[in-house]
This record gives sequence, structure tokens and C-alpha cells, in this order.
Amino acid sequence: MNQLLKKYPEEIKRILAKYPTEQKQAAVMPLLHLAQGEIGFVSRTAMQEIAEITGVTTTEVASVVGFYTLFHDAPEGKIRLQVCTDVACDLRGAKEYLANLCQQLDAKPGETSMDGFITIEEVKCLAACDRAPLFQSQIGNELEYHENQTPTRTMDWLRSMSAALNGTPLRSSASIEEAPATKSTDGGGNE
Amino acid sequence: MSEFVLLRHREIPGLNQLKTYVANGGFSMWKKVVTSNKPEDLVREVKASGLRGRGGAGFPTGVKWSFLPNDIWPHYVVANADESEPGTFKDRELLEFNPYQFLEGLMLASFAVQANDAYIYFRGEFSQIAKKIDERIAELTTKGYLGDGLYATSYSLRVHTHVGAGAYICGEETALLESIEGKLGQPRLRPPFPALSGLFNKPTVINNVETLANLPYIIEKGSDAFRRHGTDKSPGTKIFSLSGRVNKPGNYELPLGTTFRELIYKHGEGIINGATIKAIMPAGASSTLIPATETALDTPMDYEATSALGSPLGSASVIILDETVNISRLVNSTVHFFKHESCGKCTPCREGTYWMSHITSRIESGKAKKEDIDLLKVVASQMQNKCLCALGEFSIMAVMSGLQHFRADFDARLES
Amino acid sequence: MEKQITLTIDGRPVNVQEGTNIVDAAKTVGITIPVFCHHPKLKPVGMCRVCLVDIGRPQIDRTTGTPIKNEDGTTRIVFGPKLETACSTPVSEGMVVWGATEKVMTARKEVIEFLLTSHPLDCPVCDKGGECPLQNQTMLFGSPDSRFLLEEKSRAKKHYLLGDLIYLDRERCIQCARCVRFQEQVADDAVIGFYNRGRALEIATFSEPGFDSIFSGNTTDICPVGALTTADFRFGARPWELKHKPSICTQCPVGCNITYDVRREARSNGKTVIKRVMPRQNEEVNEIWICDKGRFTYSYAESSERLSQPMIRKNGELTSASWEEAITFASEKIRAAGKNLLSLVSGRLSIEDLYAAKTLMASTGGKTVLYSSMGGGEWVTRVGIAPGSDLAKLKKGSTILVFASDLHEEAPLWWLRVKQAAERGITLVVSNARKTRLDKFATHQLTYKYGDEEKALREIFEGGSELSKSVTQAENLVVFYGCDGMGLAQTTALAGMFAEGLVKTSHFGRLNNGLIPVWPRANDQGAFELDIQPDLNLVETMSAAMGVYIAGADPAGDDPSLREAMQRAGFVIVQDLFLTETAKLADVVFPVQAVMEREGSLVSGERRVQKFGAVIPAFKDTKADFNITGVLIEKVTGEKFPSNPAEIFDLVSQKEPVFQFFSHQKLGETHEQWPLVGRNEIYYSGAGYDNSYGLGVTLPLIIGESALPKKTQMPEAVRPVKAQWLAVPVTKLYDNSKLTSMSLLLNRVSKKTLSMHPEDAETLKIQSGATVSLKNAAQEFDAQVKVDPNQPKGVLLITRSSGMPVHMPLAVDLKEKETDSLNTERGLL
Ligand SMILES: Cc1cc2nc3c(=O)[nH]c(=O)nc-3n(C[C@H](O)[C@H](O)[C@H](O)COP(=O)(O)O)c2cc1C
Ligand code: SF4
Ligand code: FES
Repeated sequence: MNQLLKKYPEEIKRILAKYPTEQKQAAVMPLLHLAQGEIGFVSRTAMQEIAEITGVTTTEVASVVGFYTLFHDAPEGKIRLQVCTDVACDLRGAKEYLANLCQQLDAKPGETSMDGFITIEEVKCLAACDRAPLFQSQIGNELEYHENQTPTRTMDWLRSMSAALNGTPLRSSASIEEAPATKSTDGGGNE
Repeated sequence: MSEFVLLRHREIPGLNQLKTYVANGGFSMWKKVVTSNKPEDLVREVKASGLRGRGGAGFPTGVKWSFLPNDIWPHYVVANADESEPGTFKDRELLEFNPYQFLEGLMLASFAVQANDAYIYFRGEFSQIAKKIDERIAELTTKGYLGDGLYATSYSLRVHTHVGAGAYICGEETALLESIEGKLGQPRLRPPFPALSGLFNKPTVINNVETLANLPYIIEKGSDAFRRHGTDKSPGTKIFSLSGRVNKPGNYELPLGTTFRELIYKHGEGIINGATIKAIMPAGASSTLIPATETALDTPMDYEATSALGSPLGSASVIILDETVNISRLVNSTVHFFKHESCGKCTPCREGTYWMSHITSRIESGKAKKEDIDLLKVVASQMQNKCLCALGEFSIMAVMSGLQHFRADFDARLES
Repeated sequence: MEKQITLTIDGRPVNVQEGTNIVDAAKTVGITIPVFCHHPKLKPVGMCRVCLVDIGRPQIDRTTGTPIKNEDGTTRIVFGPKLETACSTPVSEGMVVWGATEKVMTARKEVIEFLLTSHPLDCPVCDKGGECPLQNQTMLFGSPDSRFLLEEKSRAKKHYLLGDLIYLDRERCIQCARCVRFQEQVADDAVIGFYNRGRALEIATFSEPGFDSIFSGNTTDICPVGALTTADFRFGARPWELKHKPSICTQCPVGCNITYDVRREARSNGKTVIKRVMPRQNEEVNEIWICDKGRFTYSYAESSERLSQPMIRKNGELTSASWEEAITFASEKIRAAGKNLLSLVSGRLSIEDLYAAKTLMASTGGKTVLYSSMGGGEWVTRVGIAPGSDLAKLKKGSTILVFASDLHEEAPLWWLRVKQAAERGITLVVSNARKTRLDKFATHQLTYKYGDEEKALREIFEGGSELSKSVTQAENLVVFYGCDGMGLAQTTALAGMFAEGLVKTSHFGRLNNGLIPVWPRANDQGAFELDIQPDLNLVETMSAAMGVYIAGADPAGDDPSLREAMQRAGFVIVQDLFLTETAKLADVVFPVQAVMEREGSLVSGERRVQKFGAVIPAFKDTKADFNITGVLIEKVTGEKFPSNPAEIFDLVSQKEPVFQFFSHQKLGETHEQWPLVGRNEIYYSGAGYDNSYGLGVTLPLIIGESALPKKTQMPEAVRPVKAQWLAVPVTKLYDNSKLTSMSLLLNRVSKKTLSMHPEDAETLKIQSGATVSLKNAAQEFDAQVKVDPNQPKGVLLITRSSGMPVHMPLAVDLKEKETDSLNTERGLL
């Protein structure tokens, strides 16, 4: 039974209604957002379910997950902390800000903190260059901007979140399914 | 500026409430436009206004609309809210604070080409904004601005949102269409152009958020009023996203043709710590580095004059570099951006950005030799004019101009 | 007639059809523009950028619409600011293309350098080395050195398994997307795709089992580098060591043209062995594609289970004998049986084999019967598709009707060509009792219940609906009929009704019109052309015979009642590759040669006669069927029978009316085919598409209404009573026949499965994977349940050729067996 369909019948109907009936594939991205909202990444099963709903192959759904950086195919920290270090932000100290955070969290960009709570990521321009340094948090599929940051402000926020989210569960409890292809984090493969 | 066309919310608090928006003249023309049923009037007026696309290419909007064939249906209108060019943050402000004006513009554009479905493509990071817009669309539908058989006519209009998931290339219009269709965001071969075969292979108009936000003004006040601002060839006002080493970064709505100097020193309040300005990137990471000479500073920011300086105006995301900035480091950043965002479809961009990123990293790490700088230039020129879409071509702009004008910054990083 | 366009390429005038792209246009005058992503069978994408050329177009005066002239009177040509891709740019009138200027050559060299910088350059250990477009075009247009640092090269783990048939080497991939596009556009099975983006782009599959598509092998042919390789050929040989031996695939009635690539091998004691199978171009049959069954099944020929010498039953035991001994023994029995001898032959045999059997029977007065549970070929000789027809040329206004057949499973290449025709705009009518993969391309669909075939057919030809009109009033009509859910009696009656319909609506005897039978075997139609027909009362006929002479068939293995009948017949002579159930019961067993060990000819469902040759030496002490029968003829009659297949064929063309007027030689004729994909073409390099061996000839029709055979009655539909179930036979591509299960396809074959609708399974409280026993008056057998929501309710689908005796619709009782939960087979759940 299609769990996604069972869980969100109305939502899925609404999504499908956006596109012409013979263009169900268009619903792949919104459905991926929906599935990712559940556990913070898209499982193999979810890909199969989305394929079923939209009438495409699981591979076609997976390809979309692989291409877009905000879709994840494996579980990471509860909070993904995405710091923009792109051109304009770099000019306003974003790289130094990131380095400081990394040191405090004891994790390099792309890594998850020891407690499994925070995955720190370096991302490209977030269209808020006038308020650098800034980061975006991704929790489940909820994205939120945090502008004009200092390391202290960010760490305070993280501590408050940790308390709010009960500090647990640290890592998503969903089982890790083995993906046949692994997602490249920087779009520039060099294994 | 005394009269805002776009950033009106800065003067009118609560403009992102429908009530306030309507009280301030919003949607005053919508019913009339729909019931008079003369889409060609809209096209004519927009053509006359000389409005040019604000998404980057600066193509005349009315002309673009008139390319849609009248024997292939349905037509679609797509609003490009992907806003991902480093240094650009204007559409976001409009979407958050003056959303109805954008929506009204989108509706007018849809009517002009007789589209019954319009899509707004948001970059994935704007998902919260998209949620809000969804609510606003629902509200407009409830209130009868949107829906089937509007104002007892046969015209129907539905507006839908579609949220991306982190891919700069999806700002490129054909990649954007692929993305709506649920595929990888890789650009399509052109021709056919979207005007003939776009979304779901149907005739499609794609306009930037800011472009669309100009429309209510043009339709309400007329093309002449619109042309009172800006220059003859670049009429109207434009939002300049100012960032980098200035004291007051932010969005500034100014008439096209305002000088760089006015933007940087008057509105941006000059350079941080009073340092000397070094270079200007008028079109975000995609632009050529323009050495900040006195002539450059006095150049009017319009499509023609900026191009004459060596860089297109693009979406007018003006990044300011001062003497503290090493251009080699900056180029390393732009190159990494493009390497990260290359869709991988065509060879020169996929391989070229990859190799450039290795070389600029090496230079940044202080382990490069002079040959590496030469090699960087070779790779960049090897990519030039060979890519399938503009992303690849953009990626070499800062490299080529950086090496041309600021070679010393690169040399300073070489292994001693 | 399409519009012709005149242009110049490198200064030479070129004249081609409107819509041709510049790469192909250049080819017509022998100019090569290199390509990687482009493939003439796929839509252009213009992504690799190696085909960049300089293109000028006449400048047109906006006001008059005519070209502007220079002062000297010549047309003014304007060149674009950038080079353009020749693969994706169609020609236009007056265009001027420069494909070898310094600017172009430099651009080309630069693009190739980019490709190579991320390529491992492991040609010495690469399977493609020697037939690699990347290698060849680098030699022709590339630069000898690269300026990048080796350590910075993009790396990926090698030998990444896309599946058990296709391997991927990610480092070698140049992201041309040919494979992905093939799967999407041609195979309509997007089970491979790109993962990641930018330089990290890689091919991946998420299908189960991996890269699960019946056309998957073709991607290895069109891959322009060694990134995709087949599991059998990988590390198997270097391309230049191979000899390319033309042949015909015998796995279905399409008759795909193939090439066996062979070489001598030390580990086979210097014997020539098959290293791989590749498609051979025949645009009217299989274009340049073959299915995986055709590509991977050949390994049975090397099986150690093959019969290697004659056997005679002595003291109740089959014991080895010499040919001399066995032939003498058999010929005595044959003579003794005289007109009470029955010869049972199948469509697995060639025209020559069948003709020999027929000749032998003629000499004794015995009867030759085709072993087949599908019939109707006698109608096809009258109303079959007319000579000169080509499915690829059917246009809008024409209709294809597919009835009672799942072409994707039964004749993959026909599926592909019918689907392409539908995409070109012909009207496709699909009428089946269950869903098939052709449905989504259908213009009209008529779904009937198993047993209601006749009713459905009447509705199509007499119904007056849109669907009906699109069939009866079509400009051209091609009908495919199969045996889905039916047996011999039903299909024979059906063919007669179709023939009647085609005659009534004047859709026969004309180009691109007629009936195509979807036979279970490669040469079933050939048998009918020789007037060898199946027998509706085979059990009785066989029981009454004094002796049976069986070739290419295993009745005892297929059906217990035939087994009994055979045992009642006096004695049994069997010719086979393996010790089948039938051979085990025989008095004499002759070991035969596999198709690739001998010559012969076959008649496809489209009635195309095609020859095949020996590609490897014969297995041990085996002989070709026609040779064995030939020797028996000589022994029995004392008259000579030719031992050379070409001579036998010429005899056939003298004696058999339909084969009149053409000789064996005619089978070897060819003409130029488009696209040019031979061994020297830059798109492909080494792939064995060359076809200089022959394109085959289509048989003429026996014309005239008076020539029509007598129609048979459609038998009463089987209507199971109360607790009984209707069981019907269906064909699966990867059936569980001896041949498929001995190949790499083993993991994909459908075992003894019975499939049912989930609701039926629920009613019966049976789980997928459970073993059930099926029973009717005549027999009882086991099957494993597979639940399939896509099939109709209330019917059990039984896979043919997997050892279950269901060859026609049957009413059966079903009972679940004690299940051993550990015993459920992999892949069923
Ligand atoms: C690589 C690339 C990125 C682009 N990104 C954006 C973008 O984020 N937003 C946008 O409106 N246009 C973007 N464009 C331009 C669009 O392709 C298109 O020209 C524009 O949306 C048309 O709208 P306009 O005529 O209103 O400007 C981009 C173009 C390229 C080549
Ligand atoms: S230039 Fe080529 S690889 Fe780069 S984004 Fe465009 S199509 Fe993709
Ligand atoms: S771009 Fe023309 S062959 Fe690849």
C-alpha cells in the first residue's frame, strides 16, 4: 500500500490538480517536498511511492533527488545549518563566520556534529546578500532564513532549538536504505 | 526617490495585506481589463512602454508576448521567482512585502496572452514565501479576482506555485520549464523557443517577478507615465540590489540610467571604512569585473551604457569590491559557484568549470605556478562561445576580466 | 514528396530533404562531422558540443522576403557570432556550412580535450578499445597532449553494476545521455537516468532487478565509449580479434538480423566460440536494435548438457550408437511404419529441415504435422502483409490493430515498431483481455474477457463505433493477431475471421496491408508456407500412429496427454539438442546442431525469407536436422537428397508454389540503408551493424478469394463451473524454456508461475509465492502464485513454456499445497 497516498490523500490531490492530468510527472517535485517533510530525507520507498503516483519510474524520481541540492537521499542531523559563503556574503565575512561555527560544533562543512543533531553545510547564494552573514535552517522540509548572524547569535539559537526539540532524537531513527548511487555534496565529483 | 513604482511597501505600511493593497489602488484595472476582453490592448500598451525584462536579458516584454502563436493552445505564463544570482535579492523583497502587485502583474500578463493557468516558480529556499503566496492566491480566488469565468466572462485564470529545490540553473528559462515538468533542471536546446513550445510543449511566456510587478503601473497609468522614468531605450525604474563592501547594502529603486556613483556613494553611503573602491560587478557573479574608474562610476546604469562598459546590466545586482578584496579570492568564489551549479549537460561547462575550480583553488592555496594562471586563461577561453546555455558563458566572465585587469592579485598568490 | 533543400558544405553542393540535420547532410557527400551525443535514431540534444561548425545563412530583405545580393551579384551570407551544433541544426535553403576551418577544428579539438580530461584513458584494458568513437575521433580531430594535472582528474569507483546484464564504468562515461535517451525515447522504459549534476553526473538505476529493461543491451552498442558493457562480453575479447558472422535470431517471429562475433579461443581448445551477439542493420525488420532475449540466449549452444552422439534404445535403455547404426535402425522402422508414420516438427526448424521432413513423409505416405498451439498460418499465406510493406513507412491515415497479443513480451521488436508508428501518428487499436505495455500508445482500446474473442472481433469489424470505423475505413490496415489466452482451435478460427474481415474491407494484397501472426516460434509461418499444418486432434492422431518422428519439439515435456499418446505410438525417433522428456522416451535419438552451427532459412511473421549461416563449428558428433532427415530419405527411398542447404532451398523454390521465382541467391541481396551505420561510420565505429549478407525477400501472396481455405468454427468458450477457475496460457519473453534458463537471463525467467488478481488471492486466502495444485479431468500439476494487480479478475494466467500443461483455455480446480515458507522463490514477492 502506498503510505504517502494513505497519509496525505488531500494534499496529494491538491498537488496533482495543479498540473494538466496528462502531465503527472510535474507533481514529482512537490511530492518529494512532501515526503522529505516526514523524515528529512527521501527514502527509497518514498521514491517508489512517488513514482507510482506520478506514473514515472523510480529512477526518474531518484534522478530528481540527485540533481537538486535541497533533496537528500540519506538521513543527517535534525537541523541542517546552511551557511551562505557565496561571493557577496564572502565579502562580508561569511567564510570566517562559518569557520568559527565549525570550530564550535567540531564539524567540517558537510559533516554532522558529534551528537548527530546538526549538519553544517556550505551553500551558494540565498538571495539575502545585504544581510550577511546568514544561514538557512532546514528541519524536515521547513526552511527558515536567519540573517545578520554572529557566531554567538547562531550558537544561542542552536541551544534553544536543542532544548525545544528535546535534544532527541539526535539522528533520524528511520532506517538507512542503501542507495545504489550516492549523492555528491558539492556537485563536482572527485571520489 | 519620491515615487516608488515597485518598492511601494516602503511608503505604505501593510501593503502585503490585500485590503491595504486594494485601498491603495490595487487591482483597479483588473475587472475592466477582463470584461473589456481586449488582450491586444494590453500587449500594445506594454510594447509602447518599452518595458524590458528584469530577469537578466533585458528583452522587451511586449515583444516577447507577441511571439505567441494564436493557433496553438493552451498558452501558459510562468513567473520566474528563482532569484539565485549571487548578489540578487530584489524579487524576494517584492514577494514578501509587495506580493499583490506582483500577482496582479502576473494576472495581467496571463490575460494579455490569454493563458488560463499561470505558474510561479520559486527557488527552493523561498518555500516559506511560496506558502504565503499560496494563501494569497486562495484569498484572491475566494474574493473573485481569480477563478473560473471571471466577472461573468468566459475567461478563467488559475495561478499555481511550484517550488524548486536548490539549483541556480533553474533560473534559466528552459531549465525552469523542465523543472516544473518534474525533470532535471537542464536547459533545452533552442529552437524551439518557449514562445512556441514551452511548458508542456505549449506556447509559454516567462517573465521575471520584477518585470511583472511593473505591469499594474503601466496598465493603470499608461506607457507615457512609465516612460517618464529612465532613458529612452531603458525606460522605467529598476531595483538595484547593492551588496559587497558598501556601508549600506540593500535594494534601491532608481530610474534606469542613474549612475553607479549615485548608487554607491549616495544611496549605499560609500565604501566600508572609507576604503578605495576597486571594481564593480553590475550583474552579480555572472558579470565582468569592471575596474572602478571615474568614467565607470559616472556611467549611467542602463542596458546600453553598462554593456558598453563590458558587462551586461543583467538583473542589476551590483556587487562592490574595494581595495581589501583580492580578486583571485573573489574569482575562486565565482568559479566555485558555477562549478557547483553547472547542470552537467554540455561538455565545455561541465568540464571547464570543474578544471577552473581546481586551478583557482590551487592559486588560492598558494601552491600555483605561473603556468597555472596561463592554464586558467586557456580553460576559460576554451569554454567561450561553446556552451549550450548562458551559465557556462557567465562562468568565465569574472575569470577573464579578473586576469585582464587584476593580474597582480593572482601573481601575488603564486608559490614563491 | 518532401521539399529538397540545397546548401553547400565545405564548398560542395549538397541536396537533401527538408528537416535533415547538417551532420547527416554532410554524410551524403562523404564529409564527416564528429559527434558523440548525437545518434540518428534519437532526437538531437546538442549537448556534447563536438559537432560545432560555422554556419552562414543568406541575408533576407525583411520587406521583400528575398535574399540580399552582394555587389558582385552573389547572395550575401551572414555568419552567426558563434559556432553552432551541426547535429541539431536542420539545413535551410542557401545555407553555407564550414566544417573544417581552423576555427572549427580548434573548437573541436578543445571540446575533445575537455572530454578526455575527465576520461581515464584506459584504452588498453577497455572493451571498447578498437571500436571506440571517442578513441577514433580523438585520433582524427583531437590533440595529442593534455595540459591538466592528473591527480585532479575526476575519479569514480569502477565496475559499478547497473544490473546483472549491463555493467557501468563511471569514469569512462562522457555524459552524452545516449543510453538514457534510448531508454526514454526508444524503449519507453526510463529505468536508467542521471544522478547528481555537473561533473558529478553519473548514470544510475533504481529499478529491480537492476537495469531491468528488455532492450537494455542496445545501450552498450550505442554508448560511444566503454562505459556500458554487457556482462557476457566484458573482458571477453578485444574487438579486433573478432570475426563478424551474420545470422538471424530465432527467438521469436520477427526475425531480427544479428551478427555473432566469434573468435578462436585457447581455453576452448582452439575452438571458435561466440563472444557476443549484436544487431545487424535491417531497417525493414529490426532497424539496428535487438531485444535482450536475442542478445543473451545463445549460451545454450555451449551447454555440456547438449546431446553429442546418436542413441538407440537397447534392452529398455538408451545407449550410445554410431550414426550408421542409428540411421539404419531408424530407417527400418520408418519403412515398416509406412503411411502410419507421423512426423511432428516445429517452427524451431528451418525451411530446409521442414522440407526434408515433408519429403520423407511423402515417400512413405505418412503425415507431417506442425507442433504448435497457435494456428491460422494458412490464412496468412493468402492475406499476410503484402510484399514491399514496411511498418516504418506507415503514415497517418493507416491503422494497426493488435489483437490477443502482448507484443512487448512476444515480439519485442514489433512492439517497438508499432509504438513508433503510433508516435508518428498512425491509428493504433489495441484489443486484449488484459493490460499490456502497448496500451498507452493506443488510439482506441477494446478490452474483452477471455473467451469473448469472437465477440470482440465482431465488434471491431461490424460495430460501427469510432474504433470500428478506424479499422474498417483505414487507408491501410495491418492486423497483428496472437494467441494470448487461446489455443490452436481458437486461433485458427480467429485467423479465418480476420482474413474474412480484411477481404471484406479490401485490406489485403496491397502494400502495407495484411495479417501478421505473432507466432511463438521463429519459423512457424515457414511451415504453413510448405503446407505443414497443426493437427487439432494431435492426441488421437499420435495414439493411432505406428511411429512418430519428432524434430524440434518436446510434446512429452509439455503435456502428459501427449506423453501418453506418444507412448501408445509404436516407436519414437527424436531429433533434439537436449535429452528432453520426449527424447528420454524415444527409441532413437539423433543429436542435432544448434542454429549457429549450421545454415538454413526462416520465414518471419511478415513472411520475409531470411538465411542464416554457420558461425561456429558443430558441437561434437552432431548433424543438422536436414542432413539427418536427408540421409534417412536416401536410406528409405534410395533417392538422393541434397546435403547442401542452398541446394535444398532451390529445390523448395522449384517444388513449392509460394517459393517459386526466387533462388537462394536472392536472399543475399542488399541495398544501401539509411542511416548509414556501417563499420566505418563515426557514430558507431565498431558495432556490427554492417549488412552485406542479405536483407531477405518477402514471399508473394497466394491471391484470389477462391484460394481462401475453409473457415473453422470458434470453439465454445470455456465457462468454469462454480468452484472451478479459468486458466489460460500467456506468453512471457523470458519463459522458462530450456534455452532461456541456460543463459544470463536466468535471474529473470518466470518460473512455474500462475498469476492472479489480488482480490482473487484474497478470496482464496492465498499469498504471493504460495504453491498451489491445479487439476482437471486430464491432469494435475503444481504452480507458484504471483499476485498481479494489473491483470483481470477471475482468471489464472499460466506462463507458456514453463512446464505447465496449459495450451488452451481450461477449467481447473485449484487447491493450496502445504506451504514451506522458506521455499518461496526470490523475486516473486
Ligand atoms: C543561468 C541563468 C540564470 C538565470 N536566473 C534567473 C533568475 O534567477 N531569475 C530570473 O528572473 N531570470 C533568470 N535568468 C533569465 C531567464 O532565463 C529569463 O531570461 C527571464 O526569466 C525572462 O524574464 P524577463 O524577460 O522578465 O527578464 C537566468 C538566465 C540564465 C542563463
Ligand atoms: S552551460 Fe551547459 S552544463 Fe552549463 S548549465 Fe548550461 S547547459 Fe548546463
Ligand atoms: S552536440 Fe552535436 S553531436 Fe553532441
